[in-house]
Amino acid sequence: MNLNIYLGLLHQGEATLAESFRQVSEGHGSEPDIHFLCQTLAKQCDKHGEVLLPIVERYGKDASEHEPERLHAQGLSETRSGPVGLLRDLQDLYLLASLVDVTWTVVNQAGSALRDAELLAVVEQCHKETEVQLSWLQTRMKQAAPQALLVAD
Amino acid sequence: MVDRITDIWGARTPFEREAEWPSRVDYALQEGLTERDVDHWVQSACVLCSNGCGCDIAVKDGVMVGIRGRAEDRINKGRLGPKGLFASWQGVSNKDRITQPLIREGGRLVATDWDTAMKRIVERSKQLLKEKGPLSHGFYTSGQLFLEEYYALGVIGKAGIGTPHMDGNTRLCTATAASALKETFGADGQPGAYEDIDNCDAIFLYGHNMPETQTVLWARILDRLSGPTPPKLVCVDPRNTEAARFADVHLAVRPGTNLALVHALIREVLQNGWEDPAYIQDHTLGYDELKSTVEEWTPEAAAEVCGVSAHDIRTAARIFGTSDRVLSTVLQGFYQSSQATASSCQVNNLHLLRGMLGRPGAGLLQMNGQPTAQNNRECGADGDLPGFRNWHNPRHVEELASLWNVDPAIIPHWAPPTHAMQIFRYAEQGSINFLWVSATNPAVSLPELPRIREILAKPELFLVVQDLYLTETASMADVVLPAAAWGEKTGTFTNASRVVHISDKAVDPPGDARSDLDIFLDYSNRMGFTTLDGTPLLTWEGPEDAFEAWKDCSRGRPCDYTGLSYSRLRGGSGIPWPCNEENPDGTTRLYTDGVFPSDPDYCENYGHDLLTGAEVEPESYRAKMPKGRAWLKTTKYHPPHEEPDDDYPLRYTTGRTAYHFHTRTKTGRSRTLNAAAPRMWVELSVEDASALGITEGDIVRVSSRRGLIEAPARVSGVRPGTVFAPFHYGYWDSTMASGLSDSPKDSQKTAANELTITEWDPVSKQPLFKNAAVKVEKIRDGDGPAPAPNTTASRQAGASRQAGQQQ
Ligand code: SF4
Repeated sequence: MNLNIYLGLLHQGEATLAESFRQVSEGHGSEPDIHFLCQTLAKQCDKHGEVLLPIVERYGKDASEHEPERLHAQGLSETRSGPVGLLRDLQDLYLLASLVDVTWTVVNQAGSALRDAELLAVVEQCHKETEVQLSWLQTRMKQAAPQALLVAD
Repeated sequence: MVDRITDIWGARTPFEREAEWPSRVDYALQEGLTERDVDHWVQSACVLCSNGCGCDIAVKDGVMVGIRGRAEDRINKGRLGPKGLFASWQGVSNKDRITQPLIREGGRLVATDWDTAMKRIVERSKQLLKEKGPLSHGFYTSGQLFLEEYYALGVIGKAGIGTPHMDGNTRLCTATAASALKETFGADGQPGAYEDIDNCDAIFLYGHNMPETQTVLWARILDRLSGPTPPKLVCVDPRNTEAARFADVHLAVRPGTNLALVHALIREVLQNGWEDPAYIQDHTLGYDELKSTVEEWTPEAAAEVCGVSAHDIRTAARIFGTSDRVLSTVLQGFYQSSQATASSCQVNNLHLLRGMLGRPGAGLLQMNGQPTAQNNRECGADGDLPGFRNWHNPRHVEELASLWNVDPAIIPHWAPPTHAMQIFRYAEQGSINFLWVSATNPAVSLPELPRIREILAKPELFLVVQDLYLTETASMADVVLPAAAWGEKTGTFTNASRVVHISDKAVDPPGDARSDLDIFLDYSNRMGFTTLDGTPLLTWEGPEDAFEAWKDCSRGRPCDYTGLSYSRLRGGSGIPWPCNEENPDGTTRLYTDGVFPSDPDYCENYGHDLLTGAEVEPESYRAKMPKGRAWLKTTKYHPPHEEPDDDYPLRYTTGRTAYHFHTRTKTGRSRTLNAAAPRMWVELSVEDASALGITEGDIVRVSSRRGLIEAPARVSGVRPGTVFAPFHYGYWDSTMASGLSDSPKDSQKTAANELTITEWDPVSKQPLFKNAAVKVEKIRDGDGPAPAPNTTASRQAGASRQAGQQQ
């Protein structure tokens, strides 16, 4: 059974995403919407991690230490500056959130096959929010792109 | 006549439910004149708040000398409030008016002629369009121009230049009203009407200090309250407003917690089975999610967060749930606070759950702040597409392109319009280099003023300001254009009840001043904007041409004006849209049949996630098959981002007083109004004042992480833990020796927005003026009571009502 590896991956993915949202929030303090919303979304990821933890533990508490390192996505190392830098940072967040998103899908499939009601309830609660995080990132990048790519210095 | 400064709402004319509101004609004439001295009266409506009271302007020897309410007008039945009486004609006939264009030469503004000023604008505009393209241009307009002027600006921006960077100060006052209506019903459009006051059994005021913001509308409520079948009144406001004093329930919530409160109200309605299951089934979508989102919000849970009693929440919910006809009105207490759109949508939801829409007395009013804000929303000068069209819908974009005979590709439709705060951010970053500000004063009205002053002063920003007076903003401009005022030009506008009025020209503008419409048309011609056939884009010769063109644009849309004309609007009362072949006399209430404009081909937008503002994509909207049903949208409560802490332990909120409008450019020039509320003050609760050793009138410093102000303290009925500041008091008339364009010294700072935070609602993008953390210190003893009115919410704690006031 490899589900424990994926649960660990998901748990770690949410933690990495939370940290990256916080980094973007700090690094782009002059964009108030991004600054505040990234904090809110970071907390959302924390919460996902919290509700997922009992399940991670149930399937093998220390599983995350055994899973192959290459499955993990790296978080943002540092934020960039300027309008194009902002766009790139949002793109990075988008990639990290996409990985989390598709991992929720994968875990949901396994949970359905297993008929693990508790796991499915957690997916039900969290996955929607990840999807909204992705569409917010899309919305914000679409808004920023023309100005950043055409007229910004 | 009674003193309408102390007696803000005038004499009572009580009436009972379902009766007609009696008329009462108010007027004011220049001292020494009587009605017999007036040469003639010119029809208009007041532009000093969103009420739009019908009036006639008195003219004698070619000057405006007075004003009189129109008894036949459905909005006011002859009444006028203090601002209408004392700051309409008086606010524009003033020696301070700018009468010649000004251009900046060697760092100073010097007088010039129109040709020179316009050439300078056009030269810069053309050069930037060539070098950087349309995204280098931004337009920031007002809630105080006429429909014709917004439409002209909308066409220029979208079909001439092709920039999405257009907005108005309506972003500060009415953006959330528009957003909440779009999210719930699929398109903008006020569901209810002011006539609902005459027919209702209960009135809920959500963050709406109506006695001060729309004094004549409040007089209508007072007349019901003093009649034989008074409605119940519930008011949500952290201050002890005049409405709170009449309320059956006053929910003095902590600023920033509105959503928790409305969640609890909805939960109570559902728990007690007060909803209308058949209406929900036939006319709404999203019930299950709404129900589960509010589940945790027991009255006790909300009471804890909001700082009100659970008993009061239950009582309020019972009034909502059990009255036959409820009218709700929503304003800035919700619109400028945390989770603004989500909270306002919950008010829509309350009405949908009970099917409380489209019947006399069962109404919903998502209010506007400014007189012509509605037209800015309709005509697209706020960036939206004209006629409530959907930028996300290619067919709507094509409709406009064929109407204007331009290439659809020029019309910005790749992303939502750029909202005001983002326009200023782009200017800060140097990617917008041309900013045209008309009829508004961002140097006082936007949040976090120290930053706004820096942006406006940037040498690489070419700033055009078009206004009546040399405002704080105009004094920083590269070119200042003198505009004609109300009464000096003709046009139409629409109030918060969808009622369209004409305002005819009564007198000539002073000096070389020109109407805003003429200025925009001149710019368009000089820029050489053309249609696909090479003919000029705008060929209108005057306002009536613009109105006729607008009618075509509005055809078939929710705001259909095709049945209106200048001649129909002259004489009689204003007329509510939609007015077309099917509704030749206009439409009092929308949604009488429970069918909403949510159809994917018709709707104005596809909606957003209310927590983040993420857009719903067209495909997923379509997949939900709304079929004319309304969306019960909601989201979870989140506490405000800036909460009080050890360093800044108090909550700060801003607002207005009955005697002033906006940044006082008009009202501050009325001797009568100025005397009623001459200078800045801040309000503290009795508890906080005593803990800080502050007594009435002491000079205090209020500071936040952004800045500080200094002003006398009024110890008032504001809720403990909250500091209130009126936002009217900028610097144009202060004792600042150094001139308008310099930053004020600390001891001179009075503008409420020195302290506010730069943050906005994720959906409506309306700035959150009502959520900041501050601290207060006493600087020195005062020399008497604070200069705050004792007739309104700012009344000194413990002071009795002043003589002449209505009970
Ligand atoms: S209520 Fe508003 S529109 Fe009416 S007179 Fe007063 S300021 Fe003017």
